Amino acid sequence: MSATVIRNGRIIDPANGRDEIADLLIIDGLIAALPQLSTLNSQPDEIDAGNLIVAPGLIDIHVHLREPGFGWKETIESGARAAAAGGFTTIVCMPNTSPVADSPSTIAWIKDRAAAAACVHVLPTGAISKNLAGEELAPIGSLAQAGVVAITDDGHCVQNSELMRRAVEYARMVGVPVLDHCQDYNLVGHGVVHEGYWSTLLGLPGWPAAGEEAIVARNILLAELCDHRIHCQHISSAGSVRLLREARGRGVRISGEACPHHIALTHEAIQNFDTNYKMNPPLRSQADVDALIAGIADGTLDILASDHAPHAKFEKEVEFDRAPFGIVGLETELGLFLDLLVHKRKAIDLPRLIEMFTTIPAELLKLKAGTLATGAAADVTLIDPNLEWTVDANAFETLSSNTPFHGWNLKGRAVRTIVGGRTVWRL
Amino acid sequence: MRWSRKDLVGIRELSAEEITFVLDTAAAFKQVGTRDVKKVPALRGKTLVNFFVEPSTRTRTSFELAAKRLSADVINISATTSSLTKGETLKDTAKILEANHADIIVLRHSSAGAPQFLAERLRASVINAGDGAHEHPTQALLDLYTIRERRGSIAGLHVAIVGDILFSRVARSNIFALLKLGARVTLVGPSTLVPRVFERLGVTVSHCIDEVLPTVDVVHLLRVQHERQRKEYFPGIGEYIRLFGLTKARAKLLKADCLIMHPGPINRGVEIDSDLADGVQSVILAQVTNGLAVRMAVLYLCGGIASR
Repeated sequence: MSATVIRNGRIIDPANGRDEIADLLIIDGLIAALPQLSTLNSQPDEIDAGNLIVAPGLIDIHVHLREPGFGWKETIESGARAAAAGGFTTIVCMPNTSPVADSPSTIAWIKDRAAAAACVHVLPTGAISKNLAGEELAPIGSLAQAGVVAITDDGHCVQNSELMRRAVEYARMVGVPVLDHCQDYNLVGHGVVHEGYWSTLLGLPGWPAAGEEAIVARNILLAELCDHRIHCQHISSAGSVRLLREARGRGVRISGEACPHHIALTHEAIQNFDTNYKMNPPLRSQADVDALIAGIADGTLDILASDHAPHAKFEKEVEFDRAPFGIVGLETELGLFLDLLVHKRKAIDLPRLIEMFTTIPAELLKLKAGTLATGAAADVTLIDPNLEWTVDANAFETLSSNTPFHGWNLKGRAVRTIVGGRTVWRL
Repeated sequence: MRWSRKDLVGIRELSAEEITFVLDTAAAFKQVGTRDVKKVPALRGKTLVNFFVEPSTRTRTSFELAAKRLSADVINISATTSSLTKGETLKDTAKILEANHADIIVLRHSSAGAPQFLAERLRASVINAGDGAHEHPTQALLDLYTIRERRGSIAGLHVAIVGDILFSRVARSNIFALLKLGARVTLVGPSTLVPRVFERLGVTVSHCIDEVLPTVDVVHLLRVQHERQRKEYFPGIGEYIRLFGLTKARAKLLKADCLIMHPGPINRGVEIDSDLADGVQSVILAQVTNGLAVRMAVLYLCGGIASR
């Protein structure tokens, strides 16, 4: 029997309505009731959590681990380490691998790799369409049986609304939610940056906000039509927030997530053609940033995620329009959200932040995670909300270093990550 | 003033003083072109690479001539003859050129920002010869030189730029340069190719050429791309001519001393009537001649910095 007691932390456990200074007991990898402490026949390990938040292990539902197929960018092992270093005990990986995660055998491979090499829980998603081509349905039922927690064509977007409708109906039958990267290919064309002042000035092809909003609107209609949950990934525009707010107000089964870069930066950042500011959807205007933060504050956007997208330096160090989209995010995400949402903008408080990283994503994906209930797996994140630190891309656990946040001073971060009672990372 | 830039990647980062300094330097070099011996030793022993990833004849030739008149050694590399077609990155190709002791790299590239990308990574001078829809600084400089030569100064003039502004690097560089030197700029063309967002750069946008022509001192016509490339942006050449072409009838609206400019290559009978292109108001060939002097000035100034 192994036991650990985490002393004097502020336990914030939204799943159980707790926010109090207390001790947390872990026995044999599970959360245990505190009175059991007196029944232990040996001295437990002690962790001092004074001035720290003790939270259920955080969940990031949007990461790219690049395996199989792109192991020079990231591996399941390195991505999991990056997650642990960012305070995450559960991550959900996207299917745009090679081969695409559109078959049970690839899902089985990912789960095997995760079981062998990952220090946090890695949960795969499956593709909506075969090879992410948007033309015919992937075997969604078989993928569900193989253990995917959701289906998504992330990185791509099913353009054919009829096919998308059938995918949503089918996903409803097998009980998996649908996550969607919202991008109308005709409207967006070759766009690489937000269509606006800076795209005009720099002559870079514009990616209009309407290209996202058109698909968000479609997804709202399909969620209603099919009475099934659709979750819109990485929402970037004020118009999308407005559409989601209206639909959620009517009880439509639609939701949206926000990424750190979309609230930390605007399209002004692209002016030197630095490809670490190139992501999809793109950085938008200050009005969009303000609308995203308002949407987070009023609950319209209720999940926070990184869209962790590692790329090697040689891949990013090319002409702007030829560079791949995306940045790494797992190791800066919590710090950015704490710093910007909680400390600076005061859009949400700490309990809400933790809810958005635990109970809400757990509910979306029907996970037995995100809780400190007695008997639950002891996945725990210790957070110092006031620790001031400087982002150092050279010290990242991820294999890649494509971040625009190198050198940023942030307030707040995870200091210890515990999975199944075992510390997998500490500052 | 003293020139301090090793690169010329755009007009946007130049001050009015720097622009004027290039133009003044170009005036000295223009005089060289009128001599029997059209060559000066300013860049003797230097190597210039014309690195044209996107096709061009006019600009490449102009840079080559300019470099030769400054006594530099010149080599030309095009996309098809470079290793870019074998998958080599732009950075690696440029590093190879530098390892071969290239002093000045003149880059034409289809990607906006490519010259800045190289300039930040190379010791050699990088001169932008056109990057995507971003900038074409030497074109703007030669346009300003030509206007200044004919009209004495730029400040206070009203310049119309007509055509496919959205995709035009010539338009952007001209907008930046003209505004810095105190001109007023009106962009004219279909709403799809001249969106209102351009007004945020400090210019006026008009979709009615007939209202603009009587008020301008310079009308700058841009080449209209064929329907195949722009089919979602305007209905066709016929309609373009009807709404925006500089026809003989429209030319009657111009002030007598209004200059007609075009960066070339011209679509005769599309953006401009053929006779007008060759008429008394046209300065199209003067632009070409001045381009040589302006490029000599740019190579001389930037090349001089890089060699220190």
